[in-house]
Amino acid sequence: MSETVNPTLPIIRTVAVDKSFGSVEALRSVSLEIEQGKFFTLVGPSGCGKTTLLRVMAGFEQPTRGQVFIDGKSMEGVPANKRPTNMVFQSYAVFPHMNVGENIAYGLRSKKTPADRIATLVAEALEMVGLAGYQNRPSHALSGGQRQRVALARALVLKPKVLLLDEPLSALDKKLREQMQSELRNLQRNVGITFVLVTHDQEEALTMSDQIAVIFGGEIAQVASPEILYRRPNSREVADFVGVMNFLNVSVLSEHGTRRRVEVEGLGIVEIEEDQAPRGLVGDIVAGVRPEQFTILFEDRASADRCCSGTVTEIQYFGDMTYYAAKLEGCDKTVTISMRNTAGRRTLGPGDKADIGWRSESVLILS
Amino acid sequence: MASSFRRSINPEAVSGLALISPTFLYALVLLAAPIAAVILLSFWTQDYLELHRTFTLANYVKAWTEPVYQALMIRSVKISLLVTAFTVLIGFPIAYYIAFIVPPRRKPIWLFLITIPFWTSYLVRIFLWKVILGYNGVINGSLIGIGLIEEPLKFILYNQGAVVLTLCHAWLPFAILPIYVALDKIDRSLLEAAEDLGDSPFRRFIRITLPLAMPGIMAATIIVFIPTIGDYVTPRLVGGPNGLMIANMIEVQFKKANNAPLGAALALSAMFIVTVISLIFLWANRKYLRANQ
Ligand SMILES: Nc1ncnc2c1ncn2[C@@H]1O[C@H](COP(=O)(O)OP(=O)(O)O)[C@@H](O)[C@H]1O
Ligand SMILES: [Mg+2]
Repeated sequence: MSETVNPTLPIIRTVAVDKSFGSVEALRSVSLEIEQGKFFTLVGPSGCGKTTLLRVMAGFEQPTRGQVFIDGKSMEGVPANKRPTNMVFQSYAVFPHMNVGENIAYGLRSKKTPADRIATLVAEALEMVGLAGYQNRPSHALSGGQRQRVALARALVLKPKVLLLDEPLSALDKKLREQMQSELRNLQRNVGITFVLVTHDQEEALTMSDQIAVIFGGEIAQVASPEILYRRPNSREVADFVGVMNFLNVSVLSEHGTRRRVEVEGLGIVEIEEDQAPRGLVGDIVAGVRPEQFTILFEDRASADRCCSGTVTEIQYFGDMTYYAAKLEGCDKTVTISMRNTAGRRTLGPGDKADIGWRSESVLILS
Repeated sequence: MASSFRRSINPEAVSGLALISPTFLYALVLLAAPIAAVILLSFWTQDYLELHRTFTLANYVKAWTEPVYQALMIRSVKISLLVTAFTVLIGFPIAYYIAFIVPPRRKPIWLFLITIPFWTSYLVRIFLWKVILGYNGVINGSLIGIGLIEEPLKFILYNQGAVVLTLCHAWLPFAILPIYVALDKIDRSLLEAAEDLGDSPFRRFIRITLPLAMPGIMAATIIVFIPTIGDYVTPRLVGGPNGLMIANMIEVQFKKANNAPLGAALALSAMFIVTVISLIFLWANRKYLRANQ
């Protein structure tokens, strides 16, 4: 199936998809294009409609309005069992009355694949997910991580054009989750199938994806690569959701074309270049600075071109990192500052005065 | 010795035994003791007023060889199997409807409605069927009323069909409930996964829904089959002479015929047959589940 993919078309295209459940509008005018062969992630707070969008793509929900195209074909009226997508369910949905091998062979049997071919494909799929030789394991004797691998293998063995994954890692403990994140990423690169992953965990989205769509309240807020999303969020909401952002009051002093001269509370006057503000900025604006863009200056003052002072009010020690809360001098704002605990670097304690360095290109203007 | 024995009983086991002992005694007195008595009785001989306590197999020979007992036994098994088949076949779609189609907040109401027949006594319900099916009953009255027939139909009451119908009505809720529980427990994402992997709704039903509902279907089968074979009220009231079952004969032997040993042998034979058939059900279920893998 995957050989016939047309590389010039987006593999999935949704056009102004609305989905309502009674009076609840789960999706509002969602238009997305997902490129073939990419690891695409839908991220947003719980209840924002991620699962609904995935289920609309899979064919388990019909859009109230709008259309879904997969590999250029309209999916209107195409039931889930006829779509070139497969899904890894949040609960994994491993069939309890079948052993591992039968679970993985399920879709192949459905397609009437010859038995000897099934045996080979099942063995290959198990090998791919690191469960070689597990064919006869009863499904109740599997751990959470193994269930998830079975669910993955069961979907991938059918070589779908798109693999849909609904929060596949949220039920795993931290260590296993991190391991699975990189495994999933590698698996996607190896098989070359487009993955569409749903998660509420922005960190997971950043580490795994080629492209991320942030959804709030059923609407797409931003679609971007992880780096752009983190460095250039297009709204205050996105900036707040992805990573940590310090928000400071700001007033515009003057505008020359695409450049702005602004006064930021606690930091002073800053020149803002075109790419430090999203296009078409309207409404109340605010300045944003990421915690790692601030530096507590000990002896090395070279890295910062601007400096202000503050008082440490709180510290959070993470081993590799220390997070400081510092009240800026001359205003009432407390900012979060993250510092890497490199060799020989001191840490400050609450009440200590600190010189805080920053650069003007680290300041974003958002609305 | 004594001390090692005392040590081997841990306090938990003691308190467990203490907890179940009243129930256990109750069961022993009211279940095991009568069965033991019946077993003993079946090997003795009744000679008018005297009970000969010498061991004999004559009662069993009679129970298994005399045509009248054979016929009654076969008929009882047949009626029970029919009732079981009908209740499970009718109960399944009803249970399926409640489990999958009725919205969750209405399910309690539906389950409540299903239990309504239990509000009236079993006897009253059987009499109701007599009223419905009888010579001057509701069905005949209506059919004559709308002019479809001139004479009341006689074949609808006092036969095996009436027994099957009445028993089905009485036992249907017992079939619906366990099947409903099994169906309702099925994780919906399993059904979606099956569809996602390419199954049509029908294939999905055969490969996922049915095997996962099997414990409920099995429970329904056993719950209906075992008690119906021993029913004697329904055949007495709506069965007529051709609708009598083995339990009616057991009653006759214990009372009118004054041959309790033969009655006991018939009862134990029926118990044996029920056990064998139930084991066949369980075996078939296991075989089905294994074949389904
Ligand atoms: N089958 C449904 N019936 C009614 N409301 C639903 C249904 N599925 C989802 N919703 C509602 O749609 C919204 C989005 O849900 P969902 O897509 O599951 O969110 P997410 O996966 O992002 O947490 C929620 O408000 C949820 O309550
Ligand atoms: Mg969800």
